[in-house]
This record gives sequence, C-alpha cells and structure tokens, in this order.
Amino acid sequence: MPKQIRKKRIKVPEQDPEARIHNFNEVALGYTFELAIEEASRCLQCPQNFAPCIKGCPVDVNIPGFIRKILERDIKGALEIIQETNSLPGITGRVCPQEEQCEMNCVMGKLGDKINIGKLERFVADYARKQGIMSEIKMAPKNGKKVAIVGSGPAGLTAAADLVKMGYEVTIYEALHEPGGVLVYGIPEFRLPKEIVRYEVKYLQMLGVKFETNAVIGKTKTLYELLDEYDAVFLGTGAGTPKFLNLPGVNLKGIYSANEFLTRINLMKAFKFPEYDTPIKKGKRLAVIGAGNVAMDAARSALRVGYEEVYIVYRRTREFMTAREEEIAHAEEEGVKFMFLVSPTGFIGDENGHVRVLKLIMNELGEPDESGRRRPRPIPGTEFGLEVDAVVFAIGQKPNKVLYQEVPELKVTKWGTLVVDDKYRTTMKGVFAGGDAVRGEATVVLAMGDGKKAAKAIDEYIKTGEWPAKIKPQNF
Amino acid sequence: MFEITGKKELAPHIKWIEVKAPHVARAAKAGQFVVLRLHDRGERIPLTLFRWDKEKGTIELVFQEVGKTTYELGTYNVGDKIRDIVGPLGMPTHVENFGTAVIVSGGVGAPIGYAVTKALKEAGNYVITIAGFRSKEFVILEDEFKKVSDELLITTDDGSYVRKGFTTDVLKELIDSGKKIDFVFTVGPVIMMKIVADITKKYGIKTYASLNPIMVDGTGMCGACRVTVGGEIKFACVDGPDFDAHQVDFDELMMRLTEYRDEEKIALEKYLKEVQ
Ligand SMILES: Cc1cc2nc3c(=O)[nH]c(=O)nc-3n(C[C@H](O)[C@H](O)[C@H](O)COP(=O)(O)OP(=O)(O)OC[C@H]3O[C@@H](n4cnc5c(N)ncnc54)[C@H](O)[C@@H]3O)c2cc1C
Ligand SMILES: Cc1cc2nc3c(=O)[nH]c(=O)nc-3n(C[C@H](O)[C@H](O)[C@H](O)COP(=O)(O)OP(=O)(O)OC[C@H]3O[C@@H](n4cnc5c(N)ncnc54)[C@H](O)[C@@H]3O)c2cc1C
Ligand code: FES
Repeated sequence: MPKQIRKKRIKVPEQDPEARIHNFNEVALGYTFELAIEEASRCLQCPQNFAPCIKGCPVDVNIPGFIRKILERDIKGALEIIQETNSLPGITGRVCPQEEQCEMNCVMGKLGDKINIGKLERFVADYARKQGIMSEIKMAPKNGKKVAIVGSGPAGLTAAADLVKMGYEVTIYEALHEPGGVLVYGIPEFRLPKEIVRYEVKYLQMLGVKFETNAVIGKTKTLYELLDEYDAVFLGTGAGTPKFLNLPGVNLKGIYSANEFLTRINLMKAFKFPEYDTPIKKGKRLAVIGAGNVAMDAARSALRVGYEEVYIVYRRTREFMTAREEEIAHAEEEGVKFMFLVSPTGFIGDENGHVRVLKLIMNELGEPDESGRRRPRPIPGTEFGLEVDAVVFAIGQKPNKVLYQEVPELKVTKWGTLVVDDKYRTTMKGVFAGGDAVRGEATVVLAMGDGKKAAKAIDEYIKTGEWPAKIKPQNF
Repeated sequence: MFEITGKKELAPHIKWIEVKAPHVARAAKAGQFVVLRLHDRGERIPLTLFRWDKEKGTIELVFQEVGKTTYELGTYNVGDKIRDIVGPLGMPTHVENFGTAVIVSGGVGAPIGYAVTKALKEAGNYVITIAGFRSKEFVILEDEFKKVSDELLITTDDGSYVRKGFTTDVLKELIDSGKKIDFVFTVGPVIMMKIVADITKKYGIKTYASLNPIMVDGTGMCGACRVTVGGEIKFACVDGPDFDAHQVDFDELMMRLTEYRDEEKIALEKYLKEVQ
C-alpha cells in the first residue's frame, strides 16, 4: 500500500503582504525543489488518455506526465513534456487561470485539495531557467520560406516558435520598443517578472527568430508590403485599445486607462521616477472601475506606487468578478477595498482640472443579460460621491485598428475583432490571425493555443497553396 | 539604435537634427510624427517629421528644449545614437488643392507645420504662411518657408523683426483685407490655435489644428492623448493629430497638458543639476 496521500496542498511561499506592497518583487515565490516534489507526490497519476486535467488545458499539456518526471527528479524530462505543447511554461505557470482549467477537473479535488498544477509548471520552468536546462530542440532544415508575425504577445511568440522549428524564416514585427505584448506592458512585475519574458524572447532569438521592434504595421510598413515580402503573415495584434465611459469629466487629469497606468509603471518603470524619465502621479486615494485581472493589477500597482487607499468599484457583486481567484485574494490581503453594486456617473474636478470626486450610483441586480450574468440596474436617488485623487478605467479593451483600418479585405466583427475560420485564416489570402485580435480580451494560454494552431495552418497553406473561396467564421 | 547624422542650433533652445531611420523615412507623409526614446531609462516623446529623405534613409526633426527629454536630446551630437524611434505615426494631413491655404504657426509650431505647408504648396494651393515668434532671435526657417509659400508673413511678439503682433492679428487683418481663404491649418501653442479657430469659425473657413497632447505609446494603446472633438473622445495619436479645429475642446487640451507639471519640474531640475 502506498503511504497515505496528503489532502492539503503544499503551500507556496509568498512575500508578506505588509512588505510586498512597498516593492514590485514577485509575490508568489514558487516551490523549492523539495516542496515541488512533495506537491508532485500528491498527484494520483491519472492515465494520459483519461486525465481530466489535460482535457481542461487549452494547449493539452500532458500534466500527469510532467508531474511524474518531477517526482523522478528529472526536470529536463518534465520540461520536454511540457514544451511538447506549451513553449512558455514560465509564463503560463504564473498567469493561467488554472482554477478554471486544468485544476478545476483535478480528481484529487474529490479527496482533498486539487494539485497545484500551475505552481508545479512554474517550478519546472524556473528551475530549468536558473540551471540552464533546455529541452532538446528538433529543428527542421530551413525550407527557404518566410513568415511575418505582427505583434509579439503570447500568440505571436508561440506561432513564431513553432514556425521557426518547422524550418521557416520568421520575423516578428512589434510596435513597442520591447517584445512581449501585454506580458511586458500590462501584467505587473510582481506577478510576472519581465526577466522571464526576456528569457523567452532570447530563446526565440537563439532559434533564429528575428525581432523588428519599433515597427507599426499599417504605418511603418503596410500589410500589403508584408504579403509581397513573405509567404504568409500572422496577426497577433491583441486587443490593446482601452475603453472609456464618455461620462461628464472623463478627461479630467488623474483619470487613466488601466493600459496607461500599467504601461507607465511596467514598461516605462515610472515607479522608479525620477531615476527613469516617465512619471506617474501619486496621491492618497485611487479608485479602479472594473473587476477583472486588469483591475486587480491596476489596484495592486497603485498600492505599490504609494496610493494609501485603493478601491475596486464594481457594478455587480463579488461572485461575478472576472479576475482570477488568486488575484482577488492577493488584492484583499494587500488591503484593496471592494465596493460592489455601484456604477460611475461622472467626475468632479478641482480648479486645476484634476479629478477630486468620483460620482457613483448604487445598483440592484435585474434580469440576466446575454452572458447569463444579472444585469445591474441603477437605483434612482442613490447617487453619492467618493473622494479620489485618481481613477483608473479597467472596463475592457478592443482590438487596435491601426493595422487594418486601411485594409478593406480584412473583415471584422461588430466587436472589432478579426474574422477567422477554424484554421485561423482571415478573409485575406495568406493572412492568419489569433489571440485577443480574434477573441477580444481572453487569456495568455488561449492566445498561445491560437498561435500554435495557426502555425500548423500556415505550414499547410504554404505547402499546398490552398485557400478556401469563402471563410466560414469561427465563433469564440 | 538610430544615429544622428546632422545637428544645428536654429535659435536659443531650438535644435534641428538629422537621424538615420530608413524605416520611418520610407513611409513618412506630411503631418506624421515619430515617438522616440533616448535610452533605456528614457521617456517616449513625440516629435513631428520636419523633413525626410527616402534615398538617404534619414529623417529631420526640429525640437524645442522644454523639459528633461528635449534638453537631453539637445546634448546629443552627430554620431550619437537614439535608442528607439518608431513611426511614422498618426494620420497624414489631408492635403488637396483647396485654393488659398493659410498656415498659422507659433514658435516651434513653424517646423511642425513645415511639411504640411510644403505639401499644400505642391498640391497647387496658393500658400500664405503666417509665422509668429517671440522676438527676432527666435525667428527660424525663414528661407525654407519662403520656398514653400507664396506669401510669408512673419510677426514677432515684441516687434523686433518685421512687425509687432500676434499671428492671430495678422490672420484677422488678412481676412479683413477681403482675401478669400479656403483652408486654414494651425499649429503651435494651444491658446493660439483656439483663437485661430474662433476667428475662422465666424467666417466659416474650414480649419484644421495639429494637436499636441501628452502621449505615451503613440499607437492607440493607452488613451493618454485623448482629446474631445465634437463631443467625442478621440485618441490624437491614431485619429489625429489633426482635427477639425471648430470641433476641438481646446480648454480641455490646455488643462490636460499640465498634468505632470510638478514631475516635469523635478525631472528637469535633477537633470540640469547632474549635467552641471
Ligand atoms: C493588465 C492585464 C492583465 C492580464 N492578466 C492575465 C492573466 O493573469 N492571465 C491570463 O491568462 N491573461 C491575462 N490577461 C490577458 C492576456 O494578457 C491577453 O489575453 C494576451 O496577452 C493576448 O495575447 P496576444 O498575443 O493576442 O496579444 P497581446 O499580448 O495584446 O500582444 C499584441 C502585441 O501586438 C502589438 N501590435 C498591435 N498592433 C500592432 C501593429 N499594427 N504593428 C505591430 N505590432 C502591433 C502590440 O504592441 C502588442 O505588443 C491580462 C491582460 C491585461 C491587459
Ligand atoms: C504629435 C506631437 C508632435 C510634436 N512635435 C513636436 C516637434 O516637432 N517639436 C517639438 O519641439 N515639440 C513637439 N511636440 C511636443 C513635444 O513632444 C514635447 O515638447 C516633449 O514631449 C517634451 O518632453 P520633455 O521631457 O522635454 O518635457 P516635459 O518635462 O515632458 O515637459 C516640459 C514642458 O513641456 C510641456 N509639454 C509636455 N509635453 C508636451 C506636449 N506633448 N506638447 C506640448 N507641450 C508639452 C509641458 O507641459 C511642460 O510645460 C509634439 C507633440 C505631439 C503630441
Ligand atoms: S499615446 Fe497612447 S493612445 Fe495615443
């Protein structure tokens, strides 16, 4: 008989909340080798063809397989199993919503705590990175064909990795000065150290992928020019344009999109101003409108740049928040305050045009909307004001249209996302797309999954030259 | 890395540089700008494309030293390299033969409006340039503007060169003289653009203003550059920088430009202390 299985998860060491709100270092410290082995030993090792965790993974990582390798202390073996289908484990291990994916299905959940798959994946990636362990790379011989990738977020990086291994010459065009997409400008350092993204980018460079930063396709070069130069193009341009509510006072100073707030802090390192040149406004009280991952990141970043009181202001109730559980828990531990069932109605500024009051109205929940969530309804006569020094909008983003506004051949949906079929083919021959550009705001791992499938489809297209007369839209 | 291949001081604190940036030069159009970052700790700032040469792969920029980044750029010499330059950004100015086109610029607005002036001239317009400067020593690019204007009307705030008065005075006089004007393009201090818009609105003259809000990415990703035009929120970096001047909320733009005043002061003072 095997020894009794531990029901409780092995705790992941974390930075203490008191300390961590004063720095941008990573919050979850990750498993040590010994802790990882202990956690791995809890896995029931479901067979690969049955394992429910694998079914929950958008990129089909052989989870019991890599966990067994950890137990065998074969980290290289574990890494190779993960990287068969997931080229960025250091990233997904940190930012995937595992509780809704692999871990949700974990059989151990019936006996006790589910296996901490995310943190085990992260352990493998981190250990390998620190020890210089790499999977054997199978590189097909160069085939002389060229593919351009637009956007260096997870979708573009994944597509590039797969295509370069298939023998293609791959160039990634990125508008910003640093590759990584949301991974570098959006998700904060304390959740995803930029060193990890840089490591992945270096790895791709080592495989031969070329990076052209400071290149906005649609401006620096057009899509038509890329099609002349390359055999196929993949668009992984994300959903980067922030939404605002056009309420009275929305353009007062001190009101930002989450993208601006986070870009200043993450990409431009404004938390180190004036050592770094980009500033960020500081104040006492900041309110974030919205309750997704982006909102949690903005709120927690605000604490770290010195705001003393930070509110999440959300129009529905706690159970409808879309942020990951771990992020909500971390935000609460750090002292972020939550206000539910309130909607903004406007802003009042001081004589210098700086926001001082966020006007709110209380809501009740009415009938369910298309998403099945009960629609918030304002209660007349319940307006009140929250005194603030800054407000951050985290109410969603839409695709950036710079690339395709002058390309009528590319069809977009009413949400502004690119129309693609089940092979990620757009309505323009030779052009593929995936990630947030086709889904709207989604997740890192779904973007990676798209990049992977698109790479396969691109390979098929370049080999056969086949393109359907009509694109049958895939619904996301 | 982008190498500086030419540099000149045009007036106190106004500098011209030529930079090797073939990726921008090949696609540039009048009215577009670049965003640059000097080094790894640098801020991203927008500067308008003054001129460019596709064959040589160079772009030319003219900037005024107003804060940390522009002062620091002012110390860069031929052979020095700028870390990042992205562009051309923004919508090119819509240029056609309107008939008579008047460009009203103030201060460093003159170089910002130069490419558009030239393009309007090349499109067949009768071009009248009204350029205002603080005083004689700040008058720049006179010869360049003469070449691309049918009439060049310079004015100085203190009367130390050509005449005394604001550009808006000159514009009013021009209109009062009965000159038929079909199009006005204005670029420079926000308060000047606002007055230009007020004047031309009365006469129903189509007027475009080139707006200069604070920007971060310049690609439509952050909304720092948002302006209100016709009651709607627009992002100047991708929807502009030119907008119908009669629809622009200039007061809001002026107010938003002061957002980081305290921080800008800290950064500049720290920098000036370091280089002394
Ligand atoms: C603050 C924040 C927190 C998040 N947290 C999580 C999380 O915890 N877990 C999770 O799974 N997901 C999270 N997400 C969502 C996730 O980051 C995205 O779903 C994912 O990054 C989408 O990847 P992508 O490759 O499609 O696009 P992006 O990552 O958006 O990358 C697109 C890239 O394309 C570039 N680009 C755009 N247009 C052009 C052009 N014309 N020319 C050249 N380049 C161009 C952009 O500059 C950008 O770098 C978060 C998102 C945000 C904003
Ligand atoms: C599309 C666009 C094109 C531009 N083209 C040119 C150009 O060709 N030549 C040029 O000299 N300037 C141009 N500007 C303005 C230029 O970007 C700013 O002067 C620069 O960002 C200042 O940076 P800094 O760090 O030196 O000064 P900061 O310390 O950032 O600011 C110092 C002072 O400059 C003001 N300022 C800051 N940003 C701007 C801004 N965007 N516009 C106007 N004033 C500002 C501040 O209010 C402050 O008073 C342009 C701006 C935009 C948006
Ligand atoms: S500068 Fe960021 S959206 Fe315009």
